Amino acid sequence: MHIYANPKRFLALASWLTPLLFWSGLILSLGAIAWGLFVVPPDRLMGETVRILFIHVPAAWLGMGGWTGIAIASGALLIWKHPLSGIAARAIAVPGMVFCAICLATGSIWGRPTWGTWWEWDGRLTSMLVLLFLYGGYIALSQAAAREGGSYKIAAIFGLVGAINVPIINRSVVWWNSLHQPPSITVGKSAIDAAYLWPLLAAVLGFSFLFGGVVLMRMRALIAEQQVEARLRRRAMDDEMPAAQAVPEGV
Amino acid sequence: MREALDPWPFVLGAYAVGGIALALLIVWAYRSMRSAEKRREELKRK
Repeated sequence: MHIYANPKRFLALASWLTPLLFWSGLILSLGAIAWGLFVVPPDRLMGETVRILFIHVPAAWLGMGGWTGIAIASGALLIWKHPLSGIAARAIAVPGMVFCAICLATGSIWGRPTWGTWWEWDGRLTSMLVLLFLYGGYIALSQAAAREGGSYKIAAIFGLVGAINVPIINRSVVWWNSLHQPPSITVGKSAIDAAYLWPLLAAVLGFSFLFGGVVLMRMRALIAEQQVEARLRRRAMDDEMPAAQAVPEGV
Repeated sequence: MREALDPWPFVLGAYAVGGIALALLIVWAYRSMRSAEKRREELKRK
């Protein structure tokens, strides 16, 4: 893992991994969505609205998974000072926030016909909304650090501390009364019928690949921006050097 | 008793919201990557 902390090695890997993840993710996601929309039968209780499952659950998984990625990258930045860790954390933030917003929007749309309400201030929905705000805070902090040329430590600490919200989201339906259903898939077992489980797993895998492809695009963009800045700074210094050398001694 | 809502506008609405958000994310990520890498190559050549 440490060998890919070198931007040059990472870029060599990312040049072929980006299109591979993106296209395989796109094809798998579209296939899973078509499977969920046109093949699976309507649910006994939720009817046709069960089809929202195939976009809502992958979005929830990636919204939470994205922040877990930010926390891991932030930890690596603080402990090992890997040059790519801060870039990885920044690259995850916007895609993570978009998936978190998709989860909230699709959940709200799903809630109206099944619960009779667009929104309920219960543990699951509120903690997911908090995650959206955390993403916003992280993006603002890391952009401020990039603009001011300052340290990424504050954003990294924020990324680590914010990770406390991820297990809260996960356990919220167990700890508090909620309109939201309890977890259907836990380690080693599933309460979901196979007719829904397989397209759901395909959708989760497909959207995860797509997420990975987008994160790699963001990392490549951030690395290129940093290299441009460094090159411009070097040139500006080279331009100043001869002028400084031309000043005679003792003046 | 209130009549049940037609589920299809909600299903299609959810996929439309998700699809539009993802399409915007992908286009933005791709374009920002291409423009940053293009700028780096141009600077290298100068």
